Amino acid sequence: MITTRILRFAIVLVAMLALSLTGVNFSEAALTGSFNKDNEISISFSAPVDEAWGKNPANYNVFQKTDPDIRIPVASVTLDPRRTSATLKFQDPLNMSSEYTVEAKDVMSDGKLLGKLDFSVKKSQAQVLFTIIIGAMLINNFVFTKYLGLCIFFGVSQKKDTAIGMGITFTLVMVLSAIFCWALYTYVLTALQLQFLQIIVFIGTVAIFVQAMDTMLRKVNPFLFKKLGVYLVLIVTNCIILAVPLINVDSGYGLFESMSEGLGAGVGFAIALFLMACVREKLELCRVPAVFRGLPIAFVVAGLFALAFLGFSGLSIF
Amino acid sequence: MNRNVQLLWNGLIPENPIFRLALSMCPAVAVTTSVENGLMLGLAVIFVQVFSSCTVAMFRSYIHPRIRIPAYVIVIALWVTVIDMILPVISPDVYKKVALFVKLIVVFAIIISRLELFASKEPLVPSFFDGLGMGLGFTFGLVVIGAIRELFGTGKLFGIDVFDSGPLLIMILPAGGFFVIGFLMGLFNWIEYKLTGKIPTSGGAH
Repeated sequence: MITTRILRFAIVLVAMLALSLTGVNFSEAALTGSFNKDNEISISFSAPVDEAWGKNPANYNVFQKTDPDIRIPVASVTLDPRRTSATLKFQDPLNMSSEYTVEAKDVMSDGKLLGKLDFSVKKSQAQVLFTIIIGAMLINNFVFTKYLGLCIFFGVSQKKDTAIGMGITFTLVMVLSAIFCWALYTYVLTALQLQFLQIIVFIGTVAIFVQAMDTMLRKVNPFLFKKLGVYLVLIVTNCIILAVPLINVDSGYGLFESMSEGLGAGVGFAIALFLMACVREKLELCRVPAVFRGLPIAFVVAGLFALAFLGFSGLSIF
Repeated sequence: MNRNVQLLWNGLIPENPIFRLALSMCPAVAVTTSVENGLMLGLAVIFVQVFSSCTVAMFRSYIHPRIRIPAYVIVIALWVTVIDMILPVISPDVYKKVALFVKLIVVFAIIISRLELFASKEPLVPSFFDGLGMGLGFTFGLVVIGAIRELFGTGKLFGIDVFDSGPLLIMILPAGGFFVIGFLMGLFNWIEYKLTGKIPTSGGAH
């Protein structure tokens, strides 16, 4: 029982996110390089460089942008046949979530000296956001590996219909409150040095959005509203929604990262709810031992799901 | 039995927040990979529960019934902020592991449900004992689960080696927490069935 209107709203939200992603990457004018694997960086030059110069690892200085004093030794350099791009190999894996700088000293091109070139190397914004979304959705699924939101998870997962509706409602509230909590934290709390008030401010923000969702759903889909009943109000006292802004602040995420974390967490939660609802509908027909009926068996089923979700822990995309 | 003692006992066993009421299950699974973590969070919950119960009991005649829930949330958030500043000073290492959940105490259903059901109607002294009993019951639950998981998962208890057999890794993995709680709940139901002859219905789990 998903109303098209809620779905439409969700689609618009996703479209906005996608649009903002494409807009982010255009403003980079400086020279850039990119990570190949976690121990390789490739950079490209505008003109062919001399082979003797290009293959000498001593000509490159590589360091993290935050501490330029710590040089990372380059193990070997390979040039492509046209001599316009070089691949730097390192002994140890690099931290791909931070920004690196590659300094090429005294670049020689066809016997001419071109001077010093700086390349900044970091993951593109889209890559970072995609990693965050997948991370929050599957690898660190909020229910099965972070154990958040168990109350609603066990309370609403008896029917598939309600599970889907609840999943969508949750996702919307999470994305919206992630944006607002980020704005409040950055422009009000940090500016006034009142970070210790974060818990009180965040819970207030979440409460406002749940109230808004409550009013909206009452008009848009009275059927779903009736079915969700008391659990809609319970979203306020739910750890999963408050956890998203807290995790965002702890990891120092910006606006788009916060939004992606909220989106990933919401979708992950919806997936978990739906899977659990499917199993529990079948479980109604099974002969469960009397002492295990109800919650105890639900916990055991959740444990099996958690075991299955462990399989995602090795997943890395970029 | 003295009523205050009865309230304490009530929170510890007959209405144990974790095994009987099935409230606030998230931390029960999340922080119980070791006894130490469970004990730390349990102490934080006792602190918050006792102080917010007392605060609400004292000011219950001033809180308008219509805005009582926001008022309770603010009171809880206040005491959580206090404990969130105290704990890192007392034990920085353990705090790092349970930091997120200490902040999340503000949304633990057990605390707000005690304020709503008990502290908003009763005077200061019974509210204090009710809060203390519930807090102790919660700590008891966390310590039991933590002890089982740490013992089987790492072969240690409070960080001290108990037996040297190979550890049962699944116990400290996420799945283990769900399994242990599921089976413990089943066990408690079975004990009650043996004692009273009827199977209790478990709580609403929030």
